Amino acid sequence: MGTYLLRRVLSLVVSLALASVVIFAVVEIAPGDPARFMLGVNAQPDTVAALRAELGLDQGKVARYLAWVGGMLSGDFGTSYTYRTPVAQMVADRLQVSLPLAGYALVLSVLIALPAGIYAAARRGRPGDVAVMGATQLGIAIPNFWFAMMLVLIFAIRLRWFNAGGFAGWDAGLWAGLHALTLPAIALALPQAAILARVMRSALLDVLGEDFMRTARAKGLTRGQALRRHGLRNALIPVLTIIGLQFSFLLAGGIIIEQVFYLPGLGRLIFQAISARDLIVVESVVMLLVFAVIVVNFAVDLAYVAVDPRLRARS
Amino acid sequence: MTRTLILGGLLSGLVLAMALLSLIWTPYDPAAMAIPDKLQPPDAAHWLGTDHFGRDMASMIMVGARTSIAVALVAVGIGMGLGVPLGLAAAARKGSWLDEVIMRGNDLIFAFPSLVIAILITAVFGPGAINAIIAIGIFNIPVFARVTRGGALPLWERDFILAARVAGKSRTRISAEHILPNVANLLIVQGTIQFSLGILAEAGLSYVGLGAQPPTPSWGRMLADAQTMVSLAPHLALVPGCAIILTVLGLNLMGDGLRDALDPRLRQVRR
Repeated sequence: MGTYLLRRVLSLVVSLALASVVIFAVVEIAPGDPARFMLGVNAQPDTVAALRAELGLDQGKVARYLAWVGGMLSGDFGTSYTYRTPVAQMVADRLQVSLPLAGYALVLSVLIALPAGIYAAARRGRPGDVAVMGATQLGIAIPNFWFAMMLVLIFAIRLRWFNAGGFAGWDAGLWAGLHALTLPAIALALPQAAILARVMRSALLDVLGEDFMRTARAKGLTRGQALRRHGLRNALIPVLTIIGLQFSFLLAGGIIIEQVFYLPGLGRLIFQAISARDLIVVESVVMLLVFAVIVVNFAVDLAYVAVDPRLRARS
Repeated sequence: MTRTLILGGLLSGLVLAMALLSLIWTPYDPAAMAIPDKLQPPDAAHWLGTDHFGRDMASMIMVGARTSIAVALVAVGIGMGLGVPLGLAAAARKGSWLDEVIMRGNDLIFAFPSLVIAILITAVFGPGAINAIIAIGIFNIPVFARVTRGGALPLWERDFILAARVAGKSRTRISAEHILPNVANLLIVQGTIQFSLGILAEAGLSYVGLGAQPPTPSWGRMLADAQTMVSLAPHLALVPGCAIILTVLGLNLMGDGLRDALDPRLRQVRR
């Protein structure tokens, strides 16, 4: 277990380092000089040079890369070219919307998908199964931002149960915050729930065919008892992987959903930064998203080993 | 032939036919504005209604299908063209440094969701359909590399490969002549799935303004335009939305059907 953990941590660090090099290199080849962009075309050359020095743009590529990575490790993401405020502060503000949104969507996705998947597996081949599987096919095919527009049309514009968009902040109260994030979270959760329900169903069907399930029934457990005590626990392993993967997809997918609901999250920050060519913000937010994907996958790998003793023995 | 395959094939074929037909004929010029006719609901003159500029929605959907299909198709091509050789090479040299480098490279790309790749590319080079293709294509590379490697590895243990090696064929030649034809089914199925994901990704990127730029009609852009007017004229959002859903649904059903049809073992244990 010790060497396994060490190997995984090492590969985590290498992945993060490589990802940061890739992101830095891509942004590096962007045409144009940020200092000139900030000051406008009529700026004096010595003013531009002074700003370049202030932003550290006059240093070599390697020195700037190391400064960027070193800064991020100590929580300093640099200063936004357009807003002149620390990027870390901007990102932290936006994460107050994006993280709860992703978490809310993940909870909804699990709450919808697991019962649906279990129901379908238990009724395999019968009309209930066919209906659930048909619904998941549709759920996978629906673009989440379109579904979001339909939710706004029905529940915000027609029924007036929710606001069509915007977010007043958590200061307005937990309930108000959750209320504002409900429609976005549903829109974000739907396609993920459809995928998760299919995974849950097929994982459970795999487990139902195992010998230990027959043994459990032979011991005198009812079908339901055997399913609850032995089936679900084993079927949850592949489901756990997908849930882990989905969190990062929900965080990235939130970028589009935030546009539909005018939510002040990472998505809006990144699109404003793109149109203002505020590359340091783009660089930092992209690194943060990739960091989230890599770390969540790492955590899922570890959870895997913790949940399944067979994997522990092998590793 | 399963019912799934037939239904999926019909839906996909319909969208493809619509896109091809738009090359020679559309009911109206999709770019022609007619402000007096704006926001018309579907009727006999405009089958799918008109948008806020009075443009014919049916014509725009037909031409938009072309954009979607072109972007998704080329993105699958990039993913297959680079991913399949990488997967074959990794499987042929299983456990070697080459295998390790290819698979770790795959893991690295997997950490960048296609939207994030698109954001990076757009931030640097500006938005456009080409950049959307590149972003979705890059995301497809590790998918095809993994599927190819996964399908090829068990083949390398088989007797007919051993026979080819005894006959003195190189690993590269065996990969091309014996491994590739045997993983082709897997690739066709995965290609269909990635194609449908590409359609969805293209729509999402165009919706947020990172994909096809005006005047190129695209389903995602039509939805972005519809957003502020959806309460006045719901068909503005319903029409492109249904076009996307039916296309993706058709491709997914076709993928499922192909998988069942091409793999007799799966058919026996089908659930």
